[in-house]
Amino acid sequence: MAAVTALRSSCRTAGRLVCAHHIRSCSSIRFVKSKYVCVFDKSAFKFSHQQRLFRTSAGNLFHNKIILFCYFMNVMLETCVYWYIKEGDSVSQFDSICEVQSDKASVTITSRYDGIIRKLHYNLDEIAYVGKPLVDIEIDASKGVAPEEDVVETPAMSHEEHTHQEIKGHKTLATPAVRRLAMENNIKLSEVVGTGKDNRILKEDILNYLAKQTGAILPPSPKAEIIPPLPKSETVPAAPKDKARKIPVPVSRPIVFSGKDKTEPITGFHKAMVKTMSAALKIPHFGYCDEIDLTQLVQLREEMKPLAQIRGIKLSFMPFFIKAASLGLLQYPILNASLDENCQNVTYKASHNIGVAMDTEQGLIVPNVKNVQVCSVFEIASELNRLQALGSAGQLGTSDLTGGTFTLSNIGTIGGTYAKPVILPPEVAIGALGKIQILPRFNGKGEVFKAQIMNVSWSADHRIIDGATMARFSNLWKSYLENPASMLLDLK
Amino acid sequence: MVLQSSFKNCLQLSCILRTPKAGFRDTASGGLIIQSISNDVYHNLAVEDWIHDHMNLENRQILFLWRNSPAVVIGRHQNPWQECNLKLMRQKNIKLARRRSGGGTVYHDLGNINLTFFTTRKKYERMENLKLVVKALKALRPQLNIHVTDRYDILLDRQYKISGTAAKLGRTTAYHHCTLLCNADKFVLSDVLKSPYKGLKSNATPSVPASVKNLFEEDPSLTCEMLLDAIAEEYAMQHQIDHHITLINPTDETVLPGINNKSKELQTWEWIYGKTPKFSVSTCFNMFYKDSVLDVKVDMDVKHGRIEACNIDLPEEWLPPALCSELVKSLSGSKFCPNETTALSSTLLRMCPQDDELHSKWNLLCENMTMLM
Repeated sequence: MAAVTALRSSCRTAGRLVCAHHIRSCSSIRFVKSKYVCVFDKSAFKFSHQQRLFRTSAGNLFHNKIILFCYFMNVMLETCVYWYIKEGDSVSQFDSICEVQSDKASVTITSRYDGIIRKLHYNLDEIAYVGKPLVDIEIDASKGVAPEEDVVETPAMSHEEHTHQEIKGHKTLATPAVRRLAMENNIKLSEVVGTGKDNRILKEDILNYLAKQTGAILPPSPKAEIIPPLPKSETVPAAPKDKARKIPVPVSRPIVFSGKDKTEPITGFHKAMVKTMSAALKIPHFGYCDEIDLTQLVQLREEMKPLAQIRGIKLSFMPFFIKAASLGLLQYPILNASLDENCQNVTYKASHNIGVAMDTEQGLIVPNVKNVQVCSVFEIASELNRLQALGSAGQLGTSDLTGGTFTLSNIGTIGGTYAKPVILPPEVAIGALGKIQILPRFNGKGEVFKAQIMNVSWSADHRIIDGATMARFSNLWKSYLENPASMLLDLK
Repeated sequence: MVLQSSFKNCLQLSCILRTPKAGFRDTASGGLIIQSISNDVYHNLAVEDWIHDHMNLENRQILFLWRNSPAVVIGRHQNPWQECNLKLMRQKNIKLARRRSGGGTVYHDLGNINLTFFTTRKKYERMENLKLVVKALKALRPQLNIHVTDRYDILLDRQYKISGTAAKLGRTTAYHHCTLLCNADKFVLSDVLKSPYKGLKSNATPSVPASVKNLFEEDPSLTCEMLLDAIAEEYAMQHQIDHHITLINPTDETVLPGINNKSKELQTWEWIYGKTPKFSVSTCFNMFYKDSVLDVKVDMDVKHGRIEACNIDLPEEWLPPALCSELVKSLSGSKFCPNETTALSSTLLRMCPQDDELHSKWNLLCENMTMLM
């Protein structure tokens, strides 16, 4: 009763101690008689009054025993914080049942019995009252030697993990029934190998130990059928049934996969994405891809990076891509438009609010840089820095996330060459940029040189945009990037 | 002088578990003093969990010393929206952690020290532990007027709280931890522990606010290191062991196998926010749009940190009702989190008619909604 003494000592400053259990038996529909055990907190009772709480049923085959169980109670109310089990679960002795908060202490309450949870008297987060039952555990009392507590083998025993036989040397875990069985047979528990949870010694283990000692064939315990042959075949000794099973095991061992499917509801942001993407795919997409030689741009960026650093900004390739796209949109404004719901009108947007796809904890979000048409490359770079910082901190605001008119997705930072991006409504075009690769190409003189090649994949709304427009836009964008100096001519 | 040594030079914690006599000359009542080299609140809380779950404390008690960079730590059963200013914390990059023990909310920074006393459940004794701390402090500075209250607080000059306590009891082991204010930032502390959220109703454990003071204010010569040393020395004396503080690295899997999973779990949204007991928000706010002021009433039920039911009362026809109901429907099941709500509402806006006025109204409403979170 280690649990009891522990709690008593910590209750020195508290009021009364908790007390009792009462056991009542009830008959069920089946032939098997089962018992209910109610776990109470009753701090108001004195020990002398316990007897009156207990009823025994007349037709009971087994003698009821009074089991003392104490919870410490410093306050009248406890809050039932968290259930580890639910009704119908099988529970073994020492399994955690729930966590309860009481006076700045969070206490884990473990089961005293092996059994099945029949009723949880409190829901999550409810206040548990002193003197009322906490949980009902049904013990299957028909199959044991000892009446009030029998070892109900739970399926947990079939797990293969608990094969290491080390006994910790302080206490061997075993239920009272098992201890009694061992005592009756003059067996030292420390000599028995426990195969249950936490190296607990089970009734099976005692029986097996005895069989080993005497060579006798013991009647199989009622639950023996439940134990699957394979994990136990190493430890189960000379019973003939098991011996027969033992031989073919190394050959025909099936692979036991204990993974379970997990179903989760789609909520919040993902639900919104489902809606958006379903609508997006209603747009008739067409794709157009090309490859860009970024050799000159790479060099330019190397030269600009330290300058930007001095100004406190990290310069990537994106500001160049974005500015070039905006210059292209000036020539082909249809790509910066929006089609209304009924496809009656096209609205040409004045601002180039170019969105940059960002991968965050939430998933894909697309903040946009506003009014790129009047921003310098440096301004775009600093705005990108700001959005990236906010994005990783999860603090992007609605104004950053709405109002986009055109989107670029730099998937190449993760990988890939060509892609098939999906247009984000209410926009009509999107571009996906692959990774920059060093590849051999021919120059004007027919010589092979090292080129920095990036692939771009555009998708556009075929209802209002035709292939030619997309191709011309892409060529213009490509020319700006392949020859960055040409951007100077058209910069506004 | 207390000796410190790197853990790699000593036996692993798990070895000490198996061979109690190793490393100690006298094991009359075995004790071990360990100190974390990390200031990450999640890593340090994970060490507590690890020791609680994996160590056998039959013959040994452990004192764990740790400090954290700025963080707010709420109790197992508390509601962060009720306890602290989450908006301010996000701005100042102050982390939020939920510990596994009960009790109230505390602010940690490097001017605060944390002490955890690990024992078996039988030997769980909070008052003794706190008396040890008081004894150590008085040995260091006899003029300090400090005492332990029956609520397990330590008060300075009978009015200022310098330490709060919480505990966790498992099947076989228990721990009691407490804070000690040496030189923490009191201004940030009071700002951050003041909740701006109105209209919250829940049966989560509320914190009991108290006036606090730093020991440094009483005696400017005191530092955290001195306090840690003094307490370790007293502990060593009482447990008849060497003054030997073993340093541990809370990310080292070889010493603490499985620790990184524990600290990862403590950082998940599901643990920090999702374990909040059910609560309801019932509030109203004013929105200023063009020249008018609008009254908006919001009711939400939040369970496991997610919005279970949501109701927004807007002036009629200010927003198309279909749109409103779309927002409410999307919010149901969504996390009660400003980031999620912003992302959600921005995405939904893509499906709305392209009307600037509508967009600005929608953005205004959503921004106000996120202010509640």
